[in-house]
Amino acid sequence: MSGNKKKILIVDDSELNRSLLADMLSEDFEIVEAENGVEAVRIMHEQELEISLVLLDIVMPQMDGFAVLSMMNRKGWIKTIPVIMISAETGGTYIDRAYDLGAIDYISRPFDERTVKHRVACNFMLGARQKEMSEMLSRQIYQKEKDNSLMIEILSHIVEFRNGESGLHVLHVNVITKMVLEQLVRKTDKYKLSVQDIRMISNASALHDIGKISIPSEVLNKPGRFTPEEFEIMKRHTLEGAKMLDDIPFRKGEDLIKIGYQICRWHHERFDGRGYPDGLKGDEIPIAAQVVSIADVYDALTSKRVYKDAYSPDTAVDMILRGECGTFNPLLLECLVELAPRLKKELNVVSLGNHTDDKLHDTVKQILRGDRSDASARSIRLLERERQKFRFLSDISGEIIFEYSAVPEMLYLSEHGAETLRLPMRIEEPLKNEQWCAVFPPNDFKRMLSAIHGTTPLNPVVTCKFLLTINGVQKWTKVIAKTMWGDSEAPEFEGAIGKIMDVDDEIKTMKKLEKKAELDERTGLYNHAAAKAQIEKLLAGAGDRHYALAMFDLDDFKSANDKYGHMFGDKVLAEIADRIRENIRSTDIAARMGGDEFMLFMEYQDDAVPQTERIFKQLTQKFRSFDMRVSMGLAVSDGVSDFDTLFRMADTAMYTIKRGSKNGYAFYDESMKETLQEEESQTDGKSKGE
Amino acid sequence: MTVKECYEEAGGNYEDVMSRLRTDDRVIRFLGKVADDGSFALLSQSLEARNMEDAFRAAHTLKGVCLNLSLTRLYNSSAQLTEALRGRNEYGADLEPLFETVKQDYERTVSCIRRLLN
Repeated sequence: MSGNKKKILIVDDSELNRSLLADMLSEDFEIVEAENGVEAVRIMHEQELEISLVLLDIVMPQMDGFAVLSMMNRKGWIKTIPVIMISAETGGTYIDRAYDLGAIDYISRPFDERTVKHRVACNFMLGARQKEMSEMLSRQIYQKEKDNSLMIEILSHIVEFRNGESGLHVLHVNVITKMVLEQLVRKTDKYKLSVQDIRMISNASALHDIGKISIPSEVLNKPGRFTPEEFEIMKRHTLEGAKMLDDIPFRKGEDLIKIGYQICRWHHERFDGRGYPDGLKGDEIPIAAQVVSIADVYDALTSKRVYKDAYSPDTAVDMILRGECGTFNPLLLECLVELAPRLKKELNVVSLGNHTDDKLHDTVKQILRGDRSDASARSIRLLERERQKFRFLSDISGEIIFEYSAVPEMLYLSEHGAETLRLPMRIEEPLKNEQWCAVFPPNDFKRMLSAIHGTTPLNPVVTCKFLLTINGVQKWTKVIAKTMWGDSEAPEFEGAIGKIMDVDDEIKTMKKLEKKAELDERTGLYNHAAAKAQIEKLLAGAGDRHYALAMFDLDDFKSANDKYGHMFGDKVLAEIADRIRENIRSTDIAARMGGDEFMLFMEYQDDAVPQTERIFKQLTQKFRSFDMRVSMGLAVSDGVSDFDTLFRMADTAMYTIKRGSKNGYAFYDESMKETLQEEESQTDGKSKGE
Repeated sequence: MTVKECYEEAGGNYEDVMSRLRTDDRVIRFLGKVADDGSFALLSQSLEARNMEDAFRAAHTLKGVCLNLSLTRLYNSSAQLTEALRGRNEYGADLEPLFETVKQDYERTVSCIRRLLN
């Protein structure tokens, strides 16, 4: 029996008071205790659905009883959880304030066992009865709605099956109509559409083609083009459908019938007046018919028919925008463009089985909200079922799934997530929690929070990469989070759900690839571009450091290739790379610039000559029977801070060597520049003279 | 010592507590908790440290506990101190006699309870 006892939360900072109350009530109820307001809110947050009544003290540390009541109002708990205040404070203003905040009763100290038991039992029954009533109400609404939409679906499926279609068209038109209307309401209040109107129109959209019942099936199902006569017959389905609804002898005044009539008759009208049957123009066409019309066209384009293949969603939108299917209300075209990505997804999900149910849950929820009645026990059960599903799926998925709630600030991790991160499943105020901050750097976490804060209800998903410390090891992770917005008129930020994925391997591979792209394939040295970028970085931060840039090539590389073959040539290049690697520091930079040209960038202390001499000697040692001869030009960074200048200087020095004796090295000086210029002007002069 | 005698000596109202809490057993059990309750200790520490907010809460809790158990004498003195502390930010000499009375009543009450429990 004890398993069926209802739960009561006792909130009082005095242990003695709590246990006195618990003692009086524990026979009939299961008792949960909280010693201050913060703890009470935490317990309600976690066990909202299980707590049937709260006994609440006023004067408490951290968060007093009034603050708890305010929070319960903010969270909407006050609607479902009755609160009885307890306190020795018998002042009138205290009581008034508690009543104003939604408390339903008041017990003053000292506690009298009979009074406490009686008050609790009374209020408890009152609450339970209210829940029962609203459950009953919702069951009735549910049944009525179910009957309604079932009838509509049967009716419209008859039409479709006769038409040789799958029956999905009706469902798709319904979904698209609803989405377009919702989008339209977000953009403008021109059409004065309420939540009920939208529900009604999308329901009635199923009727748009009922008139086709009266079209002969040899016309209806003709695979090829219609003759003008046949097309005239086909067009009649609009008027026929409207007439059918008009002829219904009773319930003429019902909105569903009125809207159904508009949709049937005018869903082939066009905004520019070129549609049929009445040639209505612009907003003469009721908005219900306009929306169903665009939904109908979109789904017809994206579905396969006897006379055509399916177009892709993007093509369909393009065709509609280009006016290939007639002219539509520009506002609706905007809606369509904005919805395009979501339409693609949603229509894949809609299938025959689950649709009615989804819609009904929506409806029941809306109606209940509309009547200002509280969440019914039924919706609570549905919610609980969803939670169980979510919990199960998140546990078996093996991913780190989290839920972040803004007020009170709390982070929940999935069981598996908590295990992987070695953290508790519930973290209060994560930014103040050392364990959490050790895993997720606080600045990164703040960045993520501001990213989810910055989203909009239409575009609520955020993806970022973070370097987290998991089990003491730094790992790259990708965090995908979806912001949760309240579903009120002006959506309020409530928190986010999301998952953390280990993408460490992926990112490391990417980095390796990036690195690889910087390297010369043949020698494993840097390529020209990568070396340049690195050297520029070093030069920018050079300060007092001295650098020398060396460029060199092999004097007789071409003849080595000619004499011994290209395979040998490759070996020579590899040998040079090896010799370079052995003779420079790890912080120096070596690159092959192409062909047999190499570049070295080295730091030196006082004089660059000794290390140049050493490297030059190493490079020019015989390789097998081949005489390695090298022309090297160098430039030092004193007073030169940009790569291109340094590069030209070294290049000039190298050519000076090449033009002279070859197989040697030289540091750049100003005289070389003049010599070089003279030679250049001479060669120029010659070529001009010829 | 009976519960009734304990109440008489401590300056409490035995009839009242019995009418509300119903059994001697329960009354004894909760009197034991009064003896172990930390409110009085918190009250003296907070006054010493001039932490008026905590002092108010401690006095308030003590008052509530006494009210529940009909420990009338201690209730009266702690109620007076509570009102003197309500909404107050600074310590004052006027609190000293009030606290002194609470202290005497508390020690007397607790000593009665301890004798009852032994």
